[in-house]
Amino acid sequence: MRKKIERQTLHLFLQGELDMNNANDLKAAIDNDIEKRGIRTIVFHMDDLKFIDSSGLGVILGRYKKLVPLGGKIQIQNVPAHLYKIMELSGLPKIIEFIPDKNLQKDPNLKGEKK
Amino acid sequence: MRVNKLSLTFSSLPENVSIARTLVSTLGAQLDLPINELEELKVAVSEAVTNSIIHGYNNDPNNFVTLEIESSSEKIQIQVIDHGCGIPDIKQAMQASFSTDPDRMGLGFIFMQSFMDELHVESTVNSGTKVTMTKYFNHSNPSSH
Repeated sequence: MRKKIERQTLHLFLQGELDMNNANDLKAAIDNDIEKRGIRTIVFHMDDLKFIDSSGLGVILGRYKKLVPLGGKIQIQNVPAHLYKIMELSGLPKIIEFIPDKNLQKDPNLKGEKK
Repeated sequence: MRVNKLSLTFSSLPENVSIARTLVSTLGAQLDLPINELEELKVAVSEAVTNSIIHGYNNDPNNFVTLEIESSSEKIQIQVIDHGCGIPDIKQAMQASFSTDPDRMGLGFIFMQSFMDELHVESTVNSGTKVTMTKYFNHSNPSSH
């Protein structure tokens, strides 16, 4: 996984699969950056994420809960189409800002599911 | 109709979660399931196996989880079986946001329920848990997603 730090913002470029096997490492790495480097905004770039389950989503929710009292925030960028449904079901879009991929803005499924 | 049965027993190790879902996904691909349904099967299996390891066995790697799959042209049935601590109150465990850990979402059962057509949980305290999930193919009434 690639990361980039700009002032108080941590950009994480998630890759491959995020499940209970690597969720704790990711959590520890992020918490270290929050505590030692004063990170207050985390941007999760999901372009290359192949799989995520509740263990992975729990890491994101947990970091949200940690950052909000510190005045911080989380953004999620470029969720691949095959992960829309799990994102939606997780409820994260209700509390976290999702920034769609500009290239996909014409995709009718993107913001869809309006009955 | 041809029925295919697979059984895989593996150590309760975190790295085996991806092996379990890969097996289901490979089988699903052979059945020509669309990519979004493969994704949903993978999530459901991942959640069930993760529950067995984290909750059933409290992360102790010296135990075994069994994955049983039975598929036909009409449906796929997946069972995830552990011999761990069991669930005292299944109803409560299946509710959203019931989790003992603040970093976990308590969404495991919600995902299994949403992504499969049927979900059945049998559990006995100190004896183990069996999760049975079924997905039917070619719905006459496809979901609105």
